[in-house]
Amino acid sequence: MDMKATKKKLGMKERYRVLTRDLGWEPGYQSKEAIFPYVRYEGIKVHDWDKWEDPFRLTMDAYWKYQAEKERKFYAIIDAHAQNNGHLNLTDARYLSALKIFLQAISPGEYAAHKGFARIGREFPGVGTQVACQMQAIDEIRHAQTQIHAMSNYNRYYDGFHAFADARDRIWYTSVARSFFDDAMSAGPFEFMIAIGFSFEYVLTNLLFVPFMSGAAYNGDMATVTFGFSAQSDEARHMTLGLECIKFMLEQDPDNLPIVQGWIDKWFWRGFRVLGLVSTMMDYMLPKRVMSWREAWEIYGVENGGALFRDLARYGIRPPKGWDDAEKAIDHMSHQFMLGLYQWSFGTAFHSWIPSDDDMAWLSAKYPDTFDRHYRPRWAHIKQLKAAGTPFKNYGLARLCQCCQLPCVFTEPGDPTLTCHRETVYKGEKYQFCSDGCKDIFEHEPEKYIQAWLPMPALFSELGGDVAAWMDWVSLRDGADNGDYDGSRDQRHFDEWRGLATSNL
Amino acid sequence: MQIDLRTVSIQPQRNAFDHLVRRFGDKPASRYQEGSYDIQAAENLHYRPTWDPDQQLYDAGITRIVMRDWYALKDPRQFYYSTYTLTRARQQDTTEANFAFVESRGLADRLAPELREAVLRLLVPLRHAAWGANQNNTFVCGYGFGTAFTQPCMYHAMDNLGIAQYLSRLGMMLGDVDALDAGKAAWLDGPAWQPLRRYVEDCMVVRDPFELFVAQNAALDGLLYPLVYARIVDGELSARGASAVAMLTQFMAEWFDETRKWVDAVLKAAAAESDHNREVLQGWMAHWNDRAAAALVPVVELVLGADADEAVAAQIAAFKARIHKTEISF
Amino acid sequence: MSTVFIALQANEETRPIIDAIEIDNPQAVVNRQPAMVKIDAPGRLVVRRETIEEQLGRAYDLQELQINLITLSGNVDEDEDTLTLSWNE
Repeated sequence: MDMKATKKKLGMKERYRVLTRDLGWEPGYQSKEAIFPYVRYEGIKVHDWDKWEDPFRLTMDAYWKYQAEKERKFYAIIDAHAQNNGHLNLTDARYLSALKIFLQAISPGEYAAHKGFARIGREFPGVGTQVACQMQAIDEIRHAQTQIHAMSNYNRYYDGFHAFADARDRIWYTSVARSFFDDAMSAGPFEFMIAIGFSFEYVLTNLLFVPFMSGAAYNGDMATVTFGFSAQSDEARHMTLGLECIKFMLEQDPDNLPIVQGWIDKWFWRGFRVLGLVSTMMDYMLPKRVMSWREAWEIYGVENGGALFRDLARYGIRPPKGWDDAEKAIDHMSHQFMLGLYQWSFGTAFHSWIPSDDDMAWLSAKYPDTFDRHYRPRWAHIKQLKAAGTPFKNYGLARLCQCCQLPCVFTEPGDPTLTCHRETVYKGEKYQFCSDGCKDIFEHEPEKYIQAWLPMPALFSELGGDVAAWMDWVSLRDGADNGDYDGSRDQRHFDEWRGLATSNL
Repeated sequence: MQIDLRTVSIQPQRNAFDHLVRRFGDKPASRYQEGSYDIQAAENLHYRPTWDPDQQLYDAGITRIVMRDWYALKDPRQFYYSTYTLTRARQQDTTEANFAFVESRGLADRLAPELREAVLRLLVPLRHAAWGANQNNTFVCGYGFGTAFTQPCMYHAMDNLGIAQYLSRLGMMLGDVDALDAGKAAWLDGPAWQPLRRYVEDCMVVRDPFELFVAQNAALDGLLYPLVYARIVDGELSARGASAVAMLTQFMAEWFDETRKWVDAVLKAAAAESDHNREVLQGWMAHWNDRAAAALVPVVELVLGADADEAVAAQIAAFKARIHKTEISF
Repeated sequence: MSTVFIALQANEETRPIIDAIEIDNPQAVVNRQPAMVKIDAPGRLVVRRETIEEQLGRAYDLQELQINLITLSGNVDEDEDTLTLSWNE
């Protein structure tokens, strides 16, 4: 018999089904409840895991092949970058502040996503879902590692990178990102998926990776462009996983809608806050700018997010509750963040600075309704103080939001002259918030958020407010890692080295 | 801008990240070190898991193994994502060439029918066992402590999936999709497979990550791979004329040789840490090895018949000798 | 109508892919940015294997797109011959 002639030729979808979903089976010796213990307590009802649609049908052979190709390209470029002093191709070394924030706050988030996806890649009962989550789990450790490897060479020449592992656990501003990922990981598998797979990946990471990485290219940073775009090529799979997962939950049972909507509301706002710093990276930290945060928001927030929520409307999903407040904050947030970073720059393992006259002209052109009116005068004042030899520093205790952990530096959605401040009392204790969005999140799960580790109060209670002891504890080297870029070691080194590289003196 | 290297003399300000200098001294760090050590959050975790408030988000206390430093469980292959992926991509090239060779020359079709039947009977249901291994290694990665220990488990889990997919392709090449259905029916209901399926399902409810590592990667696979791929496919079946099948399982044989060095290194480091650890490991090893051996006898019988007991006994002896080198005796 | 998009790294490998996408999607708008090319289309965008193969002059597996893909937007449907992005409205 000629076997070949009788063999069924499988299409891609059927072949993928055979090579993944068909591997699983109904357990007979242990109950499904015992094997998948965490899949019911959140209240999401799933009747048929086979209805899950696989987003990209990658089998391991193709995964190894294509990922290896990406890896070869990536390491070839960063090796060349290190060997050729690629850091001297930067437009300006102040740009490195953005990378320092990235390494201290975002790369640990990649690692947390790796762990979280490994967990849900085991906890979800459907094979298709598990495989997609597992691929994301292995991708995410890739991202953490490629970022560390790309920045390793910068660490050899510039300050602020050396203690990223200590900063991750101890310094105040990284707590913003880590509390976000800790929040997702401490949630159940479905909420984790909405948090990271949908809200973070689908709605928000384009804002982080696409315009910012394009900006890195524009500023001569080939190492970062390479890890950024190389990571983002995995994100296309992850975003699609997030979208498929949300559609799956909504199609499985109408009772899932209010739970999913609640998570979308929560995680949009959490994500908007945690990625808010990207606004400053784009508007202030790129010496040459590709587009403003406002312009990026128009493309990836308004246009793309709008399309997404119009698509999901068929399930009864509405845009996230905080969407309008977010829109009102867009023209203010990068300025508010940068002013905050500047006044607390003694406590950051990266530099900030006063924008130059050129920078301010650009900012006022990009933010015609807000910059000249609200922020230029404050920069002018700060500039005067610096010129007078009394630079503006705030050693006071920043009031941190109990939910997002950012200092409460934002203004009221309808009134940019008034700082927004909310509080609530729970079991006799008073808790502070930066916004209605954060207060609502707290009030929905107070028992979770009262556990938050708040780094600033920890400084004052454990170290008695001794700033030098605190700097030791967070491995911050005073006078090197922190403060104004103007006059910093990084600035001096970069100018000297670049001088050596471009002249014969 | 082009930099003229001759004129540039710039001094690095430091050799490596602080946490690596503390561990390895003030010298440049390897990419394995950068990508593995201390990259899991260690302090000031914010919230307790809602799925189990008795645990911390990263909790070294959910296993009975106790380590002062979980990063002592180094992977001797020093795999980080890139080296892992490049290694597997190269092996995948070979495997793909092997599949193409067997296919293009019609070698599968030339197998004697009883030989083909034997191959399908043995190998196709194992794709489900490999899926079980994937679940278990994903678990160890997710809940284990410290990147040095957990990251290779993620790679291992993806390898388990790859192996399940190679076995599925082998089944389709030798016997069409129907062969996969028959294999699944045997896995679910065939008497020869039930002890193994029970073993795999029992592993799926073990929530001590290190015990699961022992049960899956040492006790079960430590017997299964040498028995199935070395003793039966490369030995018995090749001798009977099925060397084409050995080409299709070359990956599994090589993979086992590579990964057992990692498994042994982990066991050895954990046992060397304390008498307590050694005793716990010995208990687990004795328990799971007995069960694995019993589960594999009827599977091996499918091909070796009456010789199965002898083959399993010989492999148990070899496995014990291997594990004794890690200072774990059972 | 909502916009779907796909963004690819700007390099020699993607040039024929971008050409193919333009051929198959006359409404598409190609935006060239530093190091990347973003292609927007109203409602729907199709990437066809055959068209890419014609541009490339060799066989092409649509999964090769992964290597140079930066991001995309819209519901994804992929089989051997096409990758389609679309929004339901």
